[in-house]
Amino acid sequence: MAAQLRELRQRIRATRSIGKITKAFELIATSRIGKAQARVQASRPYADEITKVLSALASASSNLDSPFLVERENPTRVAVLVVTSDKGQCGAYNANVLRATEELLSLLRGQDKDPQVYVIGRKGLAYYQFRQRPITGRWNGFSEQPHYEHAAEVGETLVQAFMAGADEDGAGTGAEGVPGVDEVHIVYTQFKSMLTQTPMAKRIAPLEVEYAEEGEATQAGLLPSYDFEPSADALLGALLPKYINTRIFAALLESAASELASRRAAMKAASDNANELVQTLTREANQARQAQITQEISEIVGGADALAATGSDD
Amino acid sequence: MAEIAVEVVAVERRLWSGRASFVVAQTTEGELGIMPGHEPVLGQLVEGGIVRVTTVDGETVTAAVHGGFLSVTGEGVSVLAETADLAEEINVEEARAALTGEDEAERARAAARLRAAGQSA
Repeated sequence: MAAQLRELRQRIRATRSIGKITKAFELIATSRIGKAQARVQASRPYADEITKVLSALASASSNLDSPFLVERENPTRVAVLVVTSDKGQCGAYNANVLRATEELLSLLRGQDKDPQVYVIGRKGLAYYQFRQRPITGRWNGFSEQPHYEHAAEVGETLVQAFMAGADEDGAGTGAEGVPGVDEVHIVYTQFKSMLTQTPMAKRIAPLEVEYAEEGEATQAGLLPSYDFEPSADALLGALLPKYINTRIFAALLESAASELASRRAAMKAASDNANELVQTLTREANQARQAQITQEISEIVGGADALAATGSDD
Repeated sequence: MAEIAVEVVAVERRLWSGRASFVVAQTTEGELGIMPGHEPVLGQLVEGGIVRVTTVDGETVTAAVHGGFLSVTGEGVSVLAETADLAEEINVEEARAALTGEDEAERARAAARLRAAGQSA
């Protein structure tokens, strides 16, 4: 009986300290979400401007046969960039991204394309390493606070592979021994709200060109006749890789916000569960304590009665 | 006095936006001065370049810009940069230390930062 009480008290103590830790995680995540969201907002002006400039350029440039804009015939190899987190404790965040990735991979394989996996984040790395799948490129250490340099680094690698894929004819490797790819996809988590984050798979290269109707464009006041320094084609060539970097950066920022939101939700659930468990355990412990007291009293009373009975016999 | 809307935007934040009477930037083709009513231009800025904006109040805003583009439209001027620093935010000592660094791109950035801060590199 006493042993059971001691056990219960131990469990209460353990649960309480777990609850403290998860509460701390929750508070940290909550305080960082605001910052992460602010960074998503702060990166918008640049993304908007570069999109505007690109559409102006594309409509002014006579030839749209930049490798970034043209769909390759018979794409054989494709790059898939997966954005996962470095730390766990964030519920189904990584599982969701990895599931979406698996779906994309099997879809690509069904189209006779050979997917090359590029992974960001320790959790994704662990997932693929454990399953002994080949990983073509890996980066980690910045999932919570990505900076543009990180996105640029990733972007450079992917653009290099993509350009190598443009040069080659067959399925062999490109010029500098970089395995070339014909498409680049990215799987990341879109931040919809504090409660909803959905994994998204998108193609970032080649870009999809939207042809605006002639009438619409002039109505919207678009298309001023630009002067270009240097030439429009050279500018397009310089801008498109940067645009890809911007897209990757935006995905990284959204994923970071999603990671934090999902960690907050998971840790809140964990703290709530811990509190509930502490309550149930406390009730059980009280019951055990009361039972112990009752038993002690009845033992004493029983003992006294027995003594009194033997005394009266004398 | 005629004026134009100017935006200096880096990837991670908006550096400066406001109304100006004159903007100077260096594109890969040469230095370019923009006054109100300039024809629309798209230009690639030189690595480690400097953008100087003269505001309507006559003040000068200087920024060191890396990997940037310049777009002049009827409505205004936007400067896009991978990274950019406003002159008053630049830590001169840090930039000087970076001048002796290994990476060539890093050195060019440091030199531009120093020039933007009004120091000789």
